[in-house]
Amino acid sequence: MIELEGLTKRYGEKVAVNNLTFTVRPGIVTGFLGPNGAGKSTTMRMMLGLDRPTAGDVRIDGKHYDRLKDPLKYIGALLDAKAMHGGRSAYNHLLCLAQSNGIAKKRVHEVLDTVGLTAVARKKAKGFSLGMGQRLGIAGALLGDPRILMFDEPVNGLDPEGIHWIRNLMKSLAAQGRTVFVSSHLMSEMALTAEHLVVIGQGRLLADTTMADFIARNSRSYVRIRTPQRERLLDVLYGAGITVVQTGSGTLEVDGGKPEHIGELAAQHQIVLHELSPQQASLEEAFMRLTAESVEYHAHSDAPPEEQAWGNDWRRS
Amino acid sequence: MAATQVIRSEWTKIRSVASTVWTLSLAVIVTIALGMLISALSKNEFDNMSARDQLSFDPTFISFAGMSLGQLAMIVFGVLVVSNEYSTGMIRTSLAAVPQRGTFLFSKIAVATGLALAVGMATSFVTFFLGQAMLGEHRAQLGDPGVLRAVIGGGLYMTLIAMFSMGVAAMLRSPMLSLGILMPFFFLVSNILGNVSATEKIGRYLPDQAGSKIMQVVTPVDDSTPYGPWGGLGIMALWVVAALAGGYVLLKRRDA
Repeated sequence: MIELEGLTKRYGEKVAVNNLTFTVRPGIVTGFLGPNGAGKSTTMRMMLGLDRPTAGDVRIDGKHYDRLKDPLKYIGALLDAKAMHGGRSAYNHLLCLAQSNGIAKKRVHEVLDTVGLTAVARKKAKGFSLGMGQRLGIAGALLGDPRILMFDEPVNGLDPEGIHWIRNLMKSLAAQGRTVFVSSHLMSEMALTAEHLVVIGQGRLLADTTMADFIARNSRSYVRIRTPQRERLLDVLYGAGITVVQTGSGTLEVDGGKPEHIGELAAQHQIVLHELSPQQASLEEAFMRLTAESVEYHAHSDAPPEEQAWGNDWRRS
Repeated sequence: MAATQVIRSEWTKIRSVASTVWTLSLAVIVTIALGMLISALSKNEFDNMSARDQLSFDPTFISFAGMSLGQLAMIVFGVLVVSNEYSTGMIRTSLAAVPQRGTFLFSKIAVATGLALAVGMATSFVTFFLGQAMLGEHRAQLGDPGVLRAVIGGGLYMTLIAMFSMGVAAMLRSPMLSLGILMPFFFLVSNILGNVSATEKIGRYLPDQAGSKIMQVVTPVDDSTPYGPWGGLGIMALWVVAALAGGYVLLKRRDA
């Protein structure tokens, strides 16, 4: 368990992390979400005692990080895939970490095997691709067989195979009952792996909720319909007591409707349909809306934002 | 956190990077080769020297002449041992593994110092014997008064210069900045300050000027240095303590 209490970090006038209070609970994957520059990495560095908080407190299982005996056995972290000496072999990199925490040598071979780097164990890390460096960093995090794992943007810059591997790894770590705390700036990535969600923007806490709750509150499922016999279909649906939303681009949307039911109604009345598709509102948009006011680096474009049919409508509802 | 674990870890770190081998080899080779060369030249020049210079002739000190260049490789060793943690980003991984920063820094320095001492001491003895061989009839014997002290002192001098560099690198973090200050300082600035009469009195309290006194056996005629060989080494040791203390305080305070 990781507890943050009023955690604050100021760099001169600039507040990077502003009075963060939340708890990372054991046994689940907690997603730590925020736009770039929201303070995720700074928060994680403070959790590991690398940066000193301006105010507030972080405790790992009730203790400050620097009070942990052999901390790699409590918490394993991947902050930056490049946080290693490129001239050192993968094996020696892991060996020096293991020795500093009294971890047996055979564990080095085990984690190299887990991340699939056994074949290049004696090669210097500077020759590694980004994906291999990331795997080596993860091997370091797993070294002490810790109950808590922390990954900062682990899928950044990885190829699809690497992303897939990391997702599965995080899920299996949580399935073993470990605490997994993973940061990302991509909601879609979190939706696939995290059970709990902590969202920050400009260093402030914006949401601390379960993923299921977040989806229920922020997503909307509906059926999208296109038909050349628009008026007739509207009558039929109205007659059946179904509420229809007409969108600007000429499609119809039925909130929470079943496509089977609507299709059968249309067939009974011999109405031609060009499209009948179930839709799910994207969580990415819900996340962007949540953090919209707190994005530090807005991309300024002169062109007005593209009209997004369902999105506009959804904001009204 | 047991310090022995951290020391073992730091030993793995130091032996697993190429810079350790090339900096220390360079220190050994340069010190010995240049010492032999200058010893050989001094032997040939001896008869042309003034009586006064012949009186001050210090065969032991002459055989250590290569140290003026060899110490630069020792400085590079000391700087890289500490600053490569920063230049590579390894420092964050290291401090996450060993959050007790004092234990981390002083284990690293202990391991690097031990290695520098072993290499420095061996270099000093080899340099002495090969240098004396070159000097022929002007040679000194290890049993002569003060000679053994000077040879052991040569090894200590090389160790202390490496330690001083570690402290400076711990303060400055950047290898380029550390080397950019230390190399010209010890190669040029210190020599200039020590040889210009206006600054001589300050110059002789600089770490290398004071420390190298330990390698002198024959005191030059009308030498006014206010400290002896061990006093000089003590002054150098104070510089080392100050640099390491500065490095420790900054590491303790700073964000990694």
